[in-house]
Amino acid sequence: MEFTFTEEQTRFRKEIRDFLEEEIKQGLWKPSCDAWIQGYNPEFTKRVAQKHWIGLTWPKEYGGQGRSFVDRFILAEEMLRYGAPAACHWFADRQIGGSILKYGSEEQKREFLPKIIRGEMYVGLGMSETEAGSDLASLRTMAVEDGNDYIINGQKTWTSGAWFMNHIYLLARTDTTVPKHRGISEFIIPINLPGISRIPMIDVTGTEAWNDIFFDNVRVPKKYMIGEKNRGFYHVMEQLAYERSGFVRLMGNYALFDALIKFVNETKRNGKTLSQDTVIRHKLVQLQVEFEVGRLLMYKVALVMDEGQAPTVGAAMSKAYATAFEQRLANTAMEILGPYGLLWAGSKYAPFGGMAAHSYLGSKGYSLQAGTTEIMKNIVATRGLGLPTS
Amino acid sequence: MNLALSEEQEILKEAARNFLEEKCPKSFVKQMEQDEKGYSPELWEEMANLGWTGLAFPEKYGGSGMTFLDLCVLLEEMGRACLPAPFSSTVVLGALPILNAGREEQREQYLPMIASGKAIFSLALMEPELEYEPKAIAVEATPDGDAYVINGCKLFVPYANVADYLLCVARTSKREEGITIFTVDAKSPGVKYTVLKTMAYDKLCEVLFDHIRVPKEAILGQLDQGWPEVQKIVERGDIAKCCELVGNFQWTLEDTTAYAKERKQFDRPIGSFQAIQHYCADMATYVEGARLSAYQAAWMISESLPCAKEIAVAKSWINEVSPLIFNLAHQIHGAMGLTMEHDLHFYTTRAKPVEFSYGGDNYYQEAIAKEMGLA
Ligand SMILES: Cc1cc2nc3c(=O)[nH]c(=O)nc-3n(C[C@H](O)[C@H](O)[C@H](O)COP(=O)(O)OP(=O)(O)OC[C@H]3O[C@@H](n4cnc5c(N)ncnc54)[C@H](O)[C@@H]3O)c2cc1C
Repeated sequence: MEFTFTEEQTRFRKEIRDFLEEEIKQGLWKPSCDAWIQGYNPEFTKRVAQKHWIGLTWPKEYGGQGRSFVDRFILAEEMLRYGAPAACHWFADRQIGGSILKYGSEEQKREFLPKIIRGEMYVGLGMSETEAGSDLASLRTMAVEDGNDYIINGQKTWTSGAWFMNHIYLLARTDTTVPKHRGISEFIIPINLPGISRIPMIDVTGTEAWNDIFFDNVRVPKKYMIGEKNRGFYHVMEQLAYERSGFVRLMGNYALFDALIKFVNETKRNGKTLSQDTVIRHKLVQLQVEFEVGRLLMYKVALVMDEGQAPTVGAAMSKAYATAFEQRLANTAMEILGPYGLLWAGSKYAPFGGMAAHSYLGSKGYSLQAGTTEIMKNIVATRGLGLPTS
Repeated sequence: MNLALSEEQEILKEAARNFLEEKCPKSFVKQMEQDEKGYSPELWEEMANLGWTGLAFPEKYGGSGMTFLDLCVLLEEMGRACLPAPFSSTVVLGALPILNAGREEQREQYLPMIASGKAIFSLALMEPELEYEPKAIAVEATPDGDAYVINGCKLFVPYANVADYLLCVARTSKREEGITIFTVDAKSPGVKYTVLKTMAYDKLCEVLFDHIRVPKEAILGQLDQGWPEVQKIVERGDIAKCCELVGNFQWTLEDTTAYAKERKQFDRPIGSFQAIQHYCADMATYVEGARLSAYQAAWMISESLPCAKEIAVAKSWINEVSPLIFNLAHQIHGAMGLTMEHDLHFYTTRAKPVEFSYGGDNYYQEAIAKEMGLA
């Protein structure tokens, strides 16, 4: 056993921190919640790319660094600790690159991976549809072969960040004559192909979090299909384990935790700081305990990935656990701030730029996106503990 | 990072599991509940012969030179078996402090005795006030020539009924921190014990010290400066208990999922009902957190790394989830889980006392508050 990091990893962590602190010091951006998914900042992504921090685990021959998933988790942990605006590259780095590496052709690897690594290819996730949420396999978007192309028709929904993505990962039905899991294929396509349109969807915080994306006779060259035809559902199940895993599920609103601790240390009521209030102190300590346990669950997932396995059960367990933590954190912030917590950014009374209100509402999505808590627990119970399905 | 046990640890674990499955079936656990001593001297001797009591001390004291982490691996199996024995009180609360704070002659005197299974130890720390602060220690040791005379009452002392020696934490100065640890012959006439009846049949005792005279050589560590060592004892003791509890939890999880697969209602296994599945998934998550946090702390103690926070996290987490795990386990078992026919009750009752041993919640809360920078 060894619960600590190598010297090189400790240096790496420090290098990331120094880099991010310097960025903040220069006023390039401010820490915020959900910055990994909503923080659009192409210049930041470029600077991260120049540090060679995109595609960290991918083989050197495609421009990656061939490093471990533990290293990648260290990077993610620090990015999230500082609430860095990494949304342009996050999905591509976390799951799409890995999927291309595993299932893509040599040509696709040579085309896409270097672009992702250079911080130029932003990939949105076109999986969900109005009738296909948890039951993803019942999706209806169609891809029909036509010569050297596929013609795509249908609609995707809840596509996060689609307004700034330049590519979309798309799941579409390529065979309607077989059971639903066996007729789905994967594509990665430029988002500006003729026939693709989108309409924004505003979430409860007022953010343009998602888009509906429409495909109207979109002609896609066959070379953009990833992996074997009709095996897409099995590929995406594995990809989802990577999507679910990791520090975004524990530290999506860490910026709030940080701000909250400063706030209770500095704010005085009745002659003592809020941190001295026994109830508040207890709540925060409890959150810290839960956070530390979540952190262990995450690194355990990284170690499974380093063994070359898709972390299906560990990812499901840690996601269900850690997103519940994030929601408790947001609620505790509201409890401590009282009515000040209700204020949006812009009010002179809003503590830390209205982060609490944003996070309290925004974190409701954490237990839904990438697979709901109920689906996660189903996976732990049936795949992990072997409980019967009927 | 590496969260796996080493090959030697796996071997130790498997050997311990096999041994305890054979020697410590539930019929034996049950028998010991009614036994006056609460443990079997024959089994104790066998465990000593296996090298367990001396596992974590150097060979020159008759030990096996293994680590605290190795000891925790063994303790996990003991927890899984609900082993009734003064093992952690002797080894973790008795031997390790002697190894850590004792003078060379104290180590030479006591450790080989423990390694060979000839002596049982315990720690007399808690008092009726239940505070984990030096100022709460009221048992007094007053100087008398070259000796000290100890008077007072200690509570919840594990296995004092069979102990040969007690480490007694006593006040030696009016200064708040003026605490000293003494080794006391538990068989001397002025040491009186009463076994307290608890839900776990774990031989917690009240111990009265009535004018117990001990030579000043009986001081363990420094006069008046015993409290930091007490804290170390408490922290090691707590992590040892946490690892024991991990074994208890693991059994409970396995037993509960097995029950959910077998028990049928409405013509299907109850484990196919999603409510039950999610209970099991929650239990598995609590247990995983317990295992990771307990072993993290055990490993850090083993490596002599600073780990006040990690100890506090493990202990706090385990205190939080232990009752949740047993609520779920009992819910899934239905009424059967409340009977004496099913083994679950052994685990429910053995888990509870761990929440109260040995450091209090406040103690750990402050350790975390400090680490996270709360003013
Ligand atoms: C913030 C956010 C970002 C998102 N980003 C994207 C994105 O970029 N791309 C994308 O493709 N999708 C995205 N999604 C969509 C997300 O994947 C879906 O919301 C999710 O899969 C759940 O589907 P649903 O919302 O249709 O809920 P439903 O599937 O209708 O579920 C509703 C409720 O029923 C429960 N339920 C459903 N099936 C079961 C079952 N078998 N057992 C027990 N309970 C069940 C669910 O757990 C939930 O509680 C995002 C969602 C959110 C909230």
